Amino acid sequence: MREFVPSAQLMLGTRYLVLVLIAVIFIFPLLFMAMSSLKPNLQLLTDTESMRAFLPVGELSFDNYKAAFSRAPILTFVFNSLFVTATTVILTLLVCSLTAFSFVFLQWRGREIAFSMIIATMIVPFETIAIPLLLMVSKLPWLGAEGFELGWLNTYRVQIIPWIADGLTVFLFVQYFKGLPHEFIEASRVEGASWWQIYRRVVMPLCGPVIATAAILKFLVMYNQYLWPLIVVQQETYRPVMVGLQYFFQYNTAWGEVMAYLTMITLPVLAFYLFLQKAFIASIASTGVKG
Amino acid sequence: MASVSLKNVQKNFGDTLVIKGVDIEIEHGEFVVFVGPSGCGKSTLLRMIAGLEDISAGDLSIGEKVVNALPPKERGVSMVFQSYAIFPHMTVRENVAFGLTIAKVPDAEKNAKVQNAARILQMEHLLDRRPNQLSGGQRQRVAIGRAIVREPAVFLFDEPLSNLDAALRMDMRMEIANLHKQLDATMIYVTHDQVEAMTLADKIVVLRDGEVMQAGAPMDLYLEPDNQFVAGFLGSPAMNFIQVNVSELDATHAMVIGPGLAPTRVPHRGRAHTAGQSMTFGLRPQHMWPAEDGKLAGVVGISERLGSETVVNFRLQDDSSLIASLGTDQIFTPGQTVAFDFDPETAHLFADLK
Ligand SMILES: Nc1ncnc2c1ncn2[C@@H]1O[C@H](COP(=O)(O)OP(=O)(O)OP(=O)(O)O)[C@@H](O)[C@H]1O
Ligand SMILES: [Mg+2]
Repeated sequence: MREFVPSAQLMLGTRYLVLVLIAVIFIFPLLFMAMSSLKPNLQLLTDTESMRAFLPVGELSFDNYKAAFSRAPILTFVFNSLFVTATTVILTLLVCSLTAFSFVFLQWRGREIAFSMIIATMIVPFETIAIPLLLMVSKLPWLGAEGFELGWLNTYRVQIIPWIADGLTVFLFVQYFKGLPHEFIEASRVEGASWWQIYRRVVMPLCGPVIATAAILKFLVMYNQYLWPLIVVQQETYRPVMVGLQYFFQYNTAWGEVMAYLTMITLPVLAFYLFLQKAFIASIASTGVKG
Repeated sequence: MASVSLKNVQKNFGDTLVIKGVDIEIEHGEFVVFVGPSGCGKSTLLRMIAGLEDISAGDLSIGEKVVNALPPKERGVSMVFQSYAIFPHMTVRENVAFGLTIAKVPDAEKNAKVQNAARILQMEHLLDRRPNQLSGGQRQRVAIGRAIVREPAVFLFDEPLSNLDAALRMDMRMEIANLHKQLDATMIYVTHDQVEAMTLADKIVVLRDGEVMQAGAPMDLYLEPDNQFVAGFLGSPAMNFIQVNVSELDATHAMVIGPGLAPTRVPHRGRAHTAGQSMTFGLRPQHMWPAEDGKLAGVVGISERLGSETVVNFRLQDDSSLIASLGTDQIFTPGQTVAFDFDPETAHLFADLK
């Protein structure tokens, strides 16, 4: 008897099969959502009993989308969410990477303690600080276009500013910075670069992978905000997408419209993810050094 | 003018003193090599000169000015790191120009300087590549290029060639020597390779455990080592050492005797003080030859025939092992008894090493 040796082709085939299976498992809910959004309510419910739920069959139309638009100011919600998310992601990356930079590269008294305190904030669930935070933001001053005002409720800033400082992002950057060769920083210093120049010209350009990771994580957190905006935003003008979902469960629940709404608000996430994936690979390709 | 002077410089990391009061005077334009075994503080000393490490005590001056408190960029030095530390996200051109870009040098002048550095280092054709498209030796050139464009008064090299293979190391060694001739700059070079030290240096500083063991011209150190450590560190194969006793002495010479060493009158250079004193006797492998009535008698261990020379290892009565390096091809058989002779004037006497 000859021993059974799997050929390289067979191995590759098995690997693809497993990957396809995993992909299918992940894609089914999305498929269900997208397909259902095209179906009338009645068919949608009966289709769930079979594989038809995942197939574009039966009576298909964009009626659910039209109805969804008339039920809620979707564009406003999407804009609000994207604006809040984008601003927060950018500010978080900036502030937290600078914080991490000072922890890793600058020598100052008490930085170990400060760092462990920042790390400790990661284990506090948001729910426990939501109410104290609400009391705080409701009384905070702000210097706006109309002069001095008190209270941050019903604004964009109340959805952005409390989320900028972020223990997880600081942690990710600290870990990454620690892995950068120390000689890069030392060489820059000898060459005459200031700390700011080292940050901007040497360290950050090498941070593609961690920027992409931190951005995706923060994007998801911010785009999925629900509890906080529910508490601090009562006006439709500043409402984000997740809170907007409520509009579809008031009076009568139309599942077709829910699915249409969900499909629309999922698109920006997918787009952002694909964009970053490309940037991520490009940054690894350009900064990779062998040896 | 960029002389560099260290006066009783010390460095401690926490409670451990790693540089224990070092005095070194380096003149403008000198090529100084710091050598010593791993962990003796060469890199630390260099980094203190660069300003990357604080100075715990003592004074460091560059060009007559005490620079202890100045940050690296104000010291007028540039440094080449063992790992090259060239930036992977920049092209070779951007890497070389980095210091000039930071200093906001106008583009025309910057380009001219980069071009000139590239010409000196023969890497004009590499300027638009990225570091990951370069070989180790080419990366080393980029690192040196980045150091020379700013025309600093003092160059610091921390084992710049240790990641290169032997042939390339020899080429780069010559290029660095040439560079020094062309640039009229002070260079401080760290290595633990004694060949690099001997060939490049105007002055060698031998360090051990954070202390200067001896400083001077390479041949002075080779011919007149102050102590057993320096004697054993320079030269290859290393100098032989055996324990001997002084039987009588005058102003310049001492009569010594040891197991396997017949009584011999050797110069003591002021290091022998009393009869009966125990000392270390040193003799370079190249200074011995086989002779019937040689003063050193022993039994052959292994011998290596290298064609142009023969390196033979033999043991004395007390089992101490010596090496002789002979300039001709000779055959020895293991176990054979041999005797080697030498000119007593080429021998050294040292106080016993602590
Ligand atoms: N940041 C540091 N903290 C504590 N000890 C240090 C630090 N840097 C160096 N040392 C210690 O100082 C001593 C000298 O180190 P240094 O790097 O200068 O040695 P070296 O002569 O360059 O050795 P090598 O040839 O291996 O590079 C070593 O014992 C090392 O452990
Ligand atoms: Mg070192």
